[in-house]
Parts: sequence; C-alpha cells; structure tokens
Amino acid sequence: MGNDELKIKLAELFPKATFEEGAEWIQMQIEPSDWLPMAQTLRQDASLQFDYLFCLTCVDWKTHLTMVYHLSSTIFRHNIVIKSKLNRSKAEIESVSSIWRTAEFHEREVYEMFGVHFLHHPDLRLLILPDGWEGKNPLLKDFEDPINMIKL
Amino acid sequence: MVEELSRTEEGNIIINVGPQHPATHGVLHLVITLHGETIQKVEPHLGYIHRSIEKMCESLTYRQFIYVTSRMDYLSSHINNHACALCVEKGMQIEVPERAQVIRVLMDELTRIASHELWWGAMAMDLGAFTPFFHAFREREVINEIMEDTCGARLTMNYILPGGVLEDLHPSFQKKVKDFIVLYKRKIAEYDEMVTGNIIFQNRMKNVGVLSAADAISFGCSGPTLRGSGVSCDVRKIYPYEIYNKLEFNEALETAGDSFARYMIRIREMNESIRIIEQLIDNIPEGEFQAKTKAVLKLPKGEFYQRVETARGEFGIYIVSEGGTTPYRIKFRSPGFSNLSALDHMARGGKIGDLVAMMGSLDLVIPDIDR
Amino acid sequence: MWSLSNIASGIHEWLSKTFPSTVVTVVEMVIVGVCVISLFAILGLVLVMMERKVSAWIQIRLGPNRVGPKGMFQSMADTVKLLVKEGMTPTGADKFLFNLAPYIAIIVSMLLMAPIAFAKDLTMWNLNIGVLYVSAISSVSVISILMAGWASNNKYSLLGAMRSGAQIVSYELSAGLSILCIVVLVGSLNLNDIIASQSNGWWIFKGHIPVFIAFIIFLIAATAETNRAPFDLAEAESELTAGFHTEYSGMKFALFFLAEYVNVFIVCAIGATLFFGGWMPLHIGHWEAFNHIMDFIPSSLWFFGKIFFLIFLIMWFRWTFPRLRIDQLLNLEWKYLLPISMFNLLLVTAMAILGWYF
Repeated sequence: MGNDELKIKLAELFPKATFEEGAEWIQMQIEPSDWLPMAQTLRQDASLQFDYLFCLTCVDWKTHLTMVYHLSSTIFRHNIVIKSKLNRSKAEIESVSSIWRTAEFHEREVYEMFGVHFLHHPDLRLLILPDGWEGKNPLLKDFEDPINMIKL
Repeated sequence: MVEELSRTEEGNIIINVGPQHPATHGVLHLVITLHGETIQKVEPHLGYIHRSIEKMCESLTYRQFIYVTSRMDYLSSHINNHACALCVEKGMQIEVPERAQVIRVLMDELTRIASHELWWGAMAMDLGAFTPFFHAFREREVINEIMEDTCGARLTMNYILPGGVLEDLHPSFQKKVKDFIVLYKRKIAEYDEMVTGNIIFQNRMKNVGVLSAADAISFGCSGPTLRGSGVSCDVRKIYPYEIYNKLEFNEALETAGDSFARYMIRIREMNESIRIIEQLIDNIPEGEFQAKTKAVLKLPKGEFYQRVETARGEFGIYIVSEGGTTPYRIKFRSPGFSNLSALDHMARGGKIGDLVAMMGSLDLVIPDIDR
Repeated sequence: MWSLSNIASGIHEWLSKTFPSTVVTVVEMVIVGVCVISLFAILGLVLVMMERKVSAWIQIRLGPNRVGPKGMFQSMADTVKLLVKEGMTPTGADKFLFNLAPYIAIIVSMLLMAPIAFAKDLTMWNLNIGVLYVSAISSVSVISILMAGWASNNKYSLLGAMRSGAQIVSYELSAGLSILCIVVLVGSLNLNDIIASQSNGWWIFKGHIPVFIAFIIFLIAATAETNRAPFDLAEAESELTAGFHTEYSGMKFALFFLAEYVNVFIVCAIGATLFFGGWMPLHIGHWEAFNHIMDFIPSSLWFFGKIFFLIFLIMWFRWTFPRLRIDQLLNLEWKYLLPISMFNLLLVTAMAILGWYF
C-alpha cells in the first residue's frame, strides 16, 4: 500500500485525526484520549497491521510536550508517525505496553526523562536514572543542573 | 553494599548480576530472581554509563554531534556516524559523490565484520571457552589497522561526515582489504571447527532463549535477534540507503529463534559482508570524496528520521529541527535497548548458564543501551 | 647410579647407625613432611607456569615473559603478591568455617600424596589399600568447597558450592568404577602391586578396548572432580564471578588455587599409575636395545613425564572447550558415563576371569 492509499484508509478509520504534510512518512496528530483505541486498531486492522513500534519518544516544545510514536508493519512495510500533544503541567497518556511490549521500556525512559505519566503501565519506575531523581526530568528544556551541565 | 542473603517470600533468592560482572560486558546491572538455578525473573537496571547524549546533542552543531554518536555503539561507530550523516544530508538535500558512497559502504561492512568478530570471541568466552576470543582479536586487529590507516582511529572513527567522508582512502587500503579477505576466508573455517561444530557449544545454545517471531516483533527487536526468529528486517534490504540497492547480498534468516539461530545469523552476515566488500573493492569510482557543503550546516525546520542497519540491528536517528545550527531535539533509537527488553521474556525458566548464553547472543553493547 | 630410592635408603641407613630407632622414625617423618611441603610449593609454581604457557601457546600469545628468563619467575612473583595481600573475611561470614575451608582443601591434597609411588621403591606409605584410600580421601575435598561456599555468606559462592557438591558426588562414581577396572585386573588395591603388574606392559596397551574406555572415563571424571574446565561450574567466572572462592583473597585464595593444581597433579599421578605403569619405563616387545635405553632413564623421570603428559591433556581440554551447563553436566554423568562404566566393568571382569589380556 502506497502512502496515498494508506492516508485515505487512515483518514477513513480515524476521522478525528489531523494530518501533517511535508514529511517522508504520514504524520498524524491526535488527542491523547483517543490514543489507546486508535493504537489497538492500528495494530489489529488486517490491512494496516502496524506491529512494530520502532521508536517512541517525546519532544519538549516549552509550551507543551509532544509524544511521538513511529510505527511500521513487518508485513506491509509501511510507516507512520503518530503525534499527540500533552499538557506540560499534567502530562498523561495511556500506555501502549499491552499492545507493543517494547513500549514498556521506552515509556519508562520517557517517564523519567520528560515526566510523562503513562496510565496503566505495568511497572512505571525509573529505568536509567538512579533513585532520588523522581520529579527531575533531565531532557526537559528548562532542566537545570548547575554541577553537571556545561553551557557552551 | 552490604546485603543480607535476600530472599523472596516464596523462597527464591535474588542475585545482582552486575554492574561489575564478567558476563555483562560493561556496566549492565541485572537483578535476577532465582529458584535454585532456575531463573524466575530478570530485571535490568540501566544508567551506569548514561551520558545523556541526546541532551548533549541539543547544544552541538550538525558537524559536531557526529563525534558524540561514535561513543554510543562503539563497535559500529562508522554505522552510527553514517546514520547521522544520512539524516543531515536528507534534511539539507546534499548530493553525496559516488566515491564517498562506496567508501562509506565499504567502511560499514568492515565495521560489521569487526563487530561480529568481537562478538564471536566474547560469546565463546561467556560460555567458558577463552581461546576463541584471542583468535577473533587476531582477525579484528587487521581490520582495525585498515581503519587506522584511513581514519586515523581504531574505535571511534568519526570518519563519515555530512556530505561525504573526512579524508580520502589511504593508498594501501585496497591491497590491505584484499589481503584481509584472503585471510578471513581461511580463518572462518577455523571458527566453525573450533566453536560452531563443538557439541558442548551447540548444546548450550540450542533451544536456549527461544523468542517467537510474534514476541520478537512485539519487543521491537531488530537485527540478528529478529532475523533469528525468522522475520526479515534488514534495513539494507527493506529500506535501502546509500548504494545498498545496487549490491548483491542475501539477508541471513533463521527460524529457530534460539541463541544458536542468532549465532548462525551473525556468522552468515560476516560472509555476506565479505561478499559486499568483494563487489566494491575493485570498483571504487574516481572523483571527489566529499560534496561541497557550506561551512555552517543548517537543517530546515522539520523532522527527519533515518534508520540504518548496524551490527546489532536497526539504529534510528530522529532529528527535530527548528531551522537553527543545532538540533532542537535528537532521539537515538538504539537496537540494544529494545533487544534488552526481550531478555526477561527469554530468560524465564532457563538456568543461570543460559542467561549468559542469551546475553551473549543478543550482543549487548552497554553504551548503546544507555546512550 | 643415583636414584631417589638409593638416596632415601642411604639416609635411612645413616640415621639408623647414628640414632636410636624412635628418633630415626621422628626424623624421617620430619624429612618426609618437609619434602611434601616443598614438593607442593614447587608443583604449585611449575603447574601455574605451565598452565599459563600452555594457554598462551594455544591462544597464540606469549604468556608471561617479563619476570626472570622467559618469565619463569612470574609465578614466584605472584606468590609473593598473594602472601603479602590482606586476607579479608567478609562481614556476615561464618569466620571459623570461612578460615578453615582452605586448610581442609590443602590438607586433603597433602594426604593424597601419601600412597603414590614416585619412583622405584619410593613410596611415603606403602599402603595395602592405596586405591581405596585415594578415593576415600579425595571425596573429602567437596566438604571444603561446601564449607567455603556456605560460610562466605555470598549467593554466588553458595551456588558454586552447591554445583560443586552435586558434581563431585556424581563424578566420583564413574571415577571409582574406572579405577575398579584396573583393580579387578590386578587383584590388588596396593598401588605398588598395580605398578608391578605392569612390568610386562602398561594396562592401557595390555587391556584392550575396555581399559581404554576406562581410561577415557577416568580422564573425564578426573577433570570434573578437580573442577577444571569444561567442568568448572563451581567457579564458572562468566556466570558466578568466581563461584565458591568469590570472597577469598590473599593467601587463603592461594591455598584453594594451590589445592586445585595439586589435585590435578594427584589425579594425573593416579591415572599414570593405573593406566601408564607408574614409574615403569616404556618397553616394546623384543626390542632389547630400545628397552635398555628406556631403562637408563630414571624411574622418577618416567613417572613425572607421564603425569605431565596427562596434565597437558587436561589443560588442553580447559583451553579448548566451552563450559557445560549444570543439568547437562549431571546428564552426562548419570545417563552416559555411569551406565557405560558399569557395563565396562562387567567386560573387564569377564576379561580378567577368562584371561583375555596380554
């Protein structure tokens, strides 16, 4: 399925999502509350089968956070990017670790680096940072560490 | 840290493997729950070598940040650099001269062989055979010398830059690579004799750490780990970059999904890399080794993703640019991180000895996981 | 001609002429004790050096080459380092057992020296149940390992000790059965009798295939009993860091280390005695001239030559094979080696009754 066909199909399935233009892959912008049912559809729909979550990350835009999910299908080889804006003060989104198990680790990483809370995550703890770093999120743009950070 | 013989309520004992442990090849820390010798649970604790390269890159320019990426998966530093260079080139639409493309692919494949050589030795050492480690290093040393001639470095090359490569090839490059191919073909039979065919080795590897295709995909595994489960996932084949679509090579696939399948994949991958090098070594086109680029690179506003196949699997780089000289955000999708997440699933029900075989067959490089 | 037995009897005669018999016994015991301890020290140095050189040769390296000519004094330097190192006892360890374990290990290997015939007419203790004594004492060594593992209060040590317990207890069986093959053929448990029975040919040549099978099984079981790779599960350093001696340092560690090497020496000495004719020189049929030349080589050289050949074999195993897993290790013993050696013993017994050997 080419990008255009895929886009028509996706627009049909997810009428609430908005598409962003001008990138290599199809980019969809969605509401955080829509994410879990949408993820299930993406994974299970026979003509989509996005079974491979190869990148899960977050971008801090200072005004808000954006979750970015890169998905591809090992059967059809098509890729999409799903984005979801989160409120910076109360960043919450459903966990997708029940659909793509790799998300469990990636979500833990995003949790500690950006402070995004993943609802219904089986084991949301610090993964990389040592104990005592709860609440301090190093990859946020306003993070300050006078000892370890060197300003160029 | 003084610790009591900690036990769970069911009478299982908890053991810390690492951060300093001979089998973890670095500072990986696994907390394993044991019932006798049988593993109940494996819980990785990361971060002992986390340098927050993603944050560092936010204040480095597009020429500078490549030097940091060599320090992630240090065994395939060429390929990491390659991914970064490709991503920047994709954003700025730089045409890379053909000579540079061929050189890059040659270097990538040499790196892949060197990385697999080291893995092969370390894998055998994990299983208790020390000798292969030294034999593997003997061949790896030849590649390192070739690298040293051309790149000036042996481990963190920083040779592939946006627009091409840093320097032209060393005059002795072609001859040395050809000598290496001859040497390699003689030695690979020795490897099979010493390790692959060994009955103890096969018993230790077969049916150990079995990962079904569906699980491997769900865990986001890539590279030899996913191919060992029978899923075709070679980025060089599926989403070809550089000149890989013009080259003839096979994607190694096994269906067993156990440690031995992953082992065989890597051995076959080395042979395929040799095939690629053989196709290119006599056909390096003349011309520029670097495209003309501006002194200061500026990526247009947007988001760019580039993935490449490293020795460990799919390496992705995600750049978010605001149009400035430095990236707004960089995310590295490292193969080791996802592969490690499957370890708990694989290890349950195995013995401690199996855990070592599984970790060896995943080919974990800790700086790649921690970034 | 100078030989060890002549020297020994010379000393004995001179002592008997000079002192009363009680003093003679005491003095001789002291001399023997000093000899055993110095043999221990020398063996430790030589075997460690040999291991490092053999492994270096197999691994295309040079091995130690800085201390002394060709690095020959390297193990001496290591010994000095180990001697001056602090011997730590971890908190939470059972101090008494922790400190006792290495001494038990070393005492066991010292006791095992007693019935071995080092040269013609040179035995410390000509024991009529020598073979039984060796197998009985060698099984005590597992106690020291279990003690070390338990007393360390370390989970790696405990796992290593438990593995080692299971391993030594099981491999003792097939080692014992393969030794029994020779005992059946000779009809005596005395090591000197066993050597005397091989004056017309070593058992490995005389005994046809069954004895050869017994030798192979003995070699495997001996490797396992001394905790050498590929059966080094007790210390499997890629799995259990150092197994039962994880917490040991300094001289206490060195004693374990020494005991391991001396145990290797002793099992090889037993193997050489049983299968390769002990100190008997190599004779080939009616080649009189050849046999005379062979006789000219001192018997102690023959004995040590055979031992070092076997030690070399065991070292070769160590640097070539990967390690087994614990369940595979026990499977190998209980499912393969034990039935084979039992059947083999039956064959040898039939052979002995019917006289089907040279």
